[in-house]
Amino acid sequence: MGFPDRIERTVEVAHPPGKVWAALTTAEGLGSWFGNEATIDLRPGGSAQLKWTEGFTVNMRVERVEEPTVFGFTWHIHGLSEDDPRRTYVEFTLEPVGSGTRLRVVESGFAQLPEDAYRRAYDANTQGWMSELGELVNYLDAA
Amino acid sequence: MPPEIEAIAEQVFIALADPTRRAILAALASEGPATATDLSDRLPITRQAIAKHLALLAEVGLVTAEPGERRRVRYRLCSAPMQVAQQFLAALARDWDGPLDALKDHLDRSARGPATTPSQETQKEHG
Repeated sequence: MGFPDRIERTVEVAHPPGKVWAALTTAEGLGSWFGNEATIDLRPGGSAQLKWTEGFTVNMRVERVEEPTVFGFTWHIHGLSEDDPRRTYVEFTLEPVGSGTRLRVVESGFAQLPEDAYRRAYDANTQGWMSELGELVNYLDAA
Repeated sequence: MPPEIEAIAEQVFIALADPTRRAILAALASEGPATATDLSDRLPITRQAIAKHLALLAEVGLVTAEPGERRRVRYRLCSAPMQVAQQFLAALARDWDGPLDALKDHLDRSARGPATTPSQETQKEHG
């Protein structure tokens, strides 16, 4: 079947790395081409957020900041629940080519999965629900 | 990549390819654990066919059997394999081409003349 772990794209743009860097790492830039609104705390460990007018929001965690060549962040695997610990890592690499920039984006981690880790998370979840429902039953029985 | 991930996702897609198994999983998801008899009351499928599909679903880990009332076996949906399949779908659904095109447009636009205010920019479709 081929479970892809990483997605890679390379594009060449007719603008110098400094300009591309600003588009990737500032709230103004991200809020123009990626989302409709953005915030970013540009330092490793800093948080960033993208919002779309459709009401969709994505939270990112900044991981690598090496101006103006490497910008990396992690975010949620789309489709999994908000509290799921699994995240993919997105890294932009900027390389000057003539007066332009070769921009590479790599998103990796789609196929991450230590089986025991997900079992643990899953079991914890299930038990959480079961015990909460159990507590509700106890509460109702006592009333 | 751990090989079992791909095997788990494949089993989920095989299980979901069958309309009867989808109906059984949907019933367990929406109404909770049930016995084969409960399911045959709710679905237009014979108890024998349901039992056969439940055995397959239990084998691939999508349902677990547990003791129910009156010594009947109850089946409960297991969401963990679904989450693995969701990861596979997430990789297929991830669109970088649209955003990268939008980035190029953004750079070209901002290179032309004075910066436009957001309200002057054309409303873009989210990619």
